[in-house]
Amino acid sequence: MEIKEIQEEIIDEFSMFDDWMQRYEYMIDLGKSLPLINEEFKTEDNIIKGCQSKVWVHAELEDNKLVFTADSDAIITKGIIAILIRAFSNQKPQDILDADTQFIDEIGLKEHLSPTRANGLVSMIKQLKLYAVAYQTQIED
Amino acid sequence: MLDIKKIREDFPILKRQVNGKPLAYLDNAATSQTPQQVIDVIVDYYQNYNANIHRGVHTLSQEATDKYEQARIKIQKHFNAAKPYEIIFTSGTTHSINLVANGFASLIKKGDEVLVSAMEHHSNIVPWQMLCERTGAVLKVIPMNLEGELRMDVYEELLNDKTKLVFCNHISNALGTINPVDEIIKKAHIVGAAVLIDGAQAAPHLVADVQALDVDFYTCSAHKICGPTGEGMLYGKEEWLNKLPPYQGGGEMIAEVTFEKTTYADLPHKFEAGTPNICGGIAFGAALDYMNSIGFDDIAKYEHELLKYATEELQKIEGLKIYGTAKNKTSVISFNIEGIHPYDIGSILDKLGIAVRTGHHCAQPIMDFYKIPGTVRASFAFYNTKEEVDVLVAGVLKANSMLL
Repeated sequence: MEIKEIQEEIIDEFSMFDDWMQRYEYMIDLGKSLPLINEEFKTEDNIIKGCQSKVWVHAELEDNKLVFTADSDAIITKGIIAILIRAFSNQKPQDILDADTQFIDEIGLKEHLSPTRANGLVSMIKQLKLYAVAYQTQIED
Repeated sequence: MLDIKKIREDFPILKRQVNGKPLAYLDNAATSQTPQQVIDVIVDYYQNYNANIHRGVHTLSQEATDKYEQARIKIQKHFNAAKPYEIIFTSGTTHSINLVANGFASLIKKGDEVLVSAMEHHSNIVPWQMLCERTGAVLKVIPMNLEGELRMDVYEELLNDKTKLVFCNHISNALGTINPVDEIIKKAHIVGAAVLIDGAQAAPHLVADVQALDVDFYTCSAHKICGPTGEGMLYGKEEWLNKLPPYQGGGEMIAEVTFEKTTYADLPHKFEAGTPNICGGIAFGAALDYMNSIGFDDIAKYEHELLKYATEELQKIEGLKIYGTAKNKTSVISFNIEGIHPYDIGSILDKLGIAVRTGHHCAQPIMDFYKIPGTVRASFAFYNTKEEVDVLVAGVLKANSMLL
């Protein structure tokens, strides 16, 4: 599926909930099902700066597609990464770079996070895009 | 006995709803709420006598100056300082500490020692590290035990004739421990060291008598005692304030200026460069009036009851661990639940209208000591109720069921 389609799917899912408790519950479930990063990649280098809880993200190129794995010590944070990974993992680096992140606003994620967590969310998206830049350059080389 | 229902009427913000739920404000150690009596003083200032102080001949300036200086006297009396000019208005505790640390740079030399407690707020560590870097003095740490109490035996061993300064908070913001400042001060004075006590967390719960304590410097912030943010005070013994050089240059702090030489103003103006937070100072005085009208003895008694109740109720929750179990502590409970990150609990509680602090509370060394990323901290004020404790406990249970 294309990034845009996946994002629409996520927007649909979130629109089913009446209140933020339900959304949190859903995010917690997503967090629990996050494809976990290999322990060996949980290094200082892979920690995303700007998050209050610890977040590690690792990226690998498979068949010219970027596959993300991640982990965090906080479960809601894991849920947030899970949403991002679902939207951006298994995609071509160039597509990740071209993708907009409007869907985050549409599911109202940012406004329901504390400012520190919202900053963390921005840092996470930035990091995913940075990986895409790095691997895109690698492919072009 | 406090009439809590009546007291709560004084605080408009407590009627608020947050995320569709009645607000349970349990983050008082970060900042306290403001009663209408103080809000009225702030409004009155801007509506009726807003003017610059200490320099105008006109009526408004005179009125503002009088009120500002009256506030200084209220603060002096509250803390029982010997002289009004021993009270310096600052923007808060952090500013006060920087003022003293900066001043000591000229009084301290390489090899001198500065002692700091292991349970300090970052604002009480960094300025001293900077001082030590500048002067070559050595920073030493008074350790604490698992209960969150200072190791007074080690403190005594650390003190020697090279010790020039000791600083410690009166009450720990992260753990609620009331430190034995009386003893800390007495022992420091035996070796001739000066003592600065950070009273930011103590001021809302008890009245420090600076003369009885014989403390050299004492500081607190207005916003933790029902006053406005950006305002605080530094008490310094006259002899010490005379020894310290001015912190910032500017208007108000000078006696005479030529391009060749400037002579500084007398205390307290030497340390009050520029136009101060006039309204903030006046409102600080009003906040002390308000707190004293409730009465600190009754506040302490009631908060102790709340602490006892909250501790008992929280401890019933499986897997909950409280950090900071000192025998002598104020109404602060730092806790974690096994297997759950404090941020997750805080986020769920917020959705339930419960305001708590999560994280390292600007006291990372304490978190490192316990080997935890942070805690959830509920801190109670005299306007909180047992019902709010129940709401907190129910909220934590709800978070548990969602997160575990």
